[in-house]
Amino acid sequence: MVEFSFWDIARHLLLALRWTVGLSLIAFACGSVLALALLVLRLSKLPGAIRAVACYVQVFQGTPLLMQLFLIYFGLAMLGVDTSPLLAASVCLTLYASAYLCDIWRGCVESVPKGQWEASASLALSFGEQLRHVILPQAMRLGVAPTAGFMVQIIKGTALTSVIGFVEVTKAGQLIANATFEPFLIYGCVALMYFALCFPLSLWSQRLERRLRPAS
Amino acid sequence: MTSIANALFSPIASQTPLVDIRGLRKRYGSNEVLKGVDLTIARSEVVSIIGKSGSGKSTLLRCINGLEAFQEGSLTVHGQPLQADNAGAMRELRKNVGMIFQNFNLFPHLTVGRNVMLAPTLVTSQPKDVARQNAERLLARVGLAEKFDAMPDQLSGGQQQRVAIARALAMDPEILLCDEVTSALDPELVGEVLQVVESLADQGMTLVMVTHEMNFARKVSDRVVFMHQGKVHEVGTPEALFGAPQTPELQQFLGRAH
Repeated sequence: MVEFSFWDIARHLLLALRWTVGLSLIAFACGSVLALALLVLRLSKLPGAIRAVACYVQVFQGTPLLMQLFLIYFGLAMLGVDTSPLLAASVCLTLYASAYLCDIWRGCVESVPKGQWEASASLALSFGEQLRHVILPQAMRLGVAPTAGFMVQIIKGTALTSVIGFVEVTKAGQLIANATFEPFLIYGCVALMYFALCFPLSLWSQRLERRLRPAS
Repeated sequence: MTSIANALFSPIASQTPLVDIRGLRKRYGSNEVLKGVDLTIARSEVVSIIGKSGSGKSTLLRCINGLEAFQEGSLTVHGQPLQADNAGAMRELRKNVGMIFQNFNLFPHLTVGRNVMLAPTLVTSQPKDVARQNAERLLARVGLAEKFDAMPDQLSGGQQQRVAIARALAMDPEILLCDEVTSALDPELVGEVLQVVESLADQGMTLVMVTHEMNFARKVSDRVVFMHQGKVHEVGTPEALFGAPQTPELQQFLGRAH
């Protein structure tokens, strides 16, 4: 039996952690852009927009992430797209993030008092100007905490992509555990790595929230 | 000032009403709130609208600048009929019609100065330095010159409402709509806001005010409109309406108000 040193294990896990971080960032960045577009669409009062966006959000909130991953992985392959696990994972997590972030931000925008819409409308601001200068800045302050909380969910959600063969830190942990026959040590390290990613994020969001709302 | 100049030099223009409301009807679902309102407001006129809660006063006011849509009737501001679905027309309308709200509705994430400067820089593309000078001038006019860099939550209610007035004036409107602007203020702060409104009236601004301040309405208005159940019930000078109310509804309302 080959002996693996602790540093061997740690090194491989850290290398795989890059992919976890990378996939999380892709999902958050692309998901945010898409979520903002969906939010503006929903707020625009175009006919059918509200129902379409609500339907999209319900689909992603009502099905397990694992099922979404399978459907996109096999679905894209069926469409003839050369689907690597990274592509499928990125697309799936982007759509998943966009649905949840759109809903979170919609809630934040609806928390902005209606008087703000009325005051800015009476000052002759267009819809776009209202959103950009009055509503979204206020909604953002409300949205920092839930958005950071969801970012933590994305990071944890990347663990599921191991089942479609994407080698991020969970999958690497599986492979190494199978080779070294020390599952508790390996998975313990993996959990610590996730914690090291998520905990600072939560702390930072608390600090950011406090800084954006100095009153009281 | 422009409104006085207009009145002096264009007598024909000053005779066409600035706001012309005919047969206005508005429903919320099956509940008809405005049941055929006829009202004209002339340039530089100060009109107070009084009435019980639910009589449709605020709804009527909000129809004038398009915050509420109406189902029937016509509403013309400065000769232009109101087109609720035309964003460009509404923008033009709202450049000329300013509004001040009961709950101030200042933008909490901007300083007082930036609150006043925001709309002119965006809507009329005023350069920043000109907008800043105007904002400082307007804040001085309402007695808050030193508060330019303060945040709204650092101000008292009366101060916030005065900032709201300055913000509305920054767009240089022809008409100012005041929706119960003192109803949310402590009694000691009401006076400072009413002083500013009175000075606007003295300077010839066209004002349409929904108010519960009967003494103020009596003092400042050219005409008082009493609304009851969605219609204009009585109209007249303050002396006529407050001194000799004709209808029992108005008599009862004034009896209750005293």
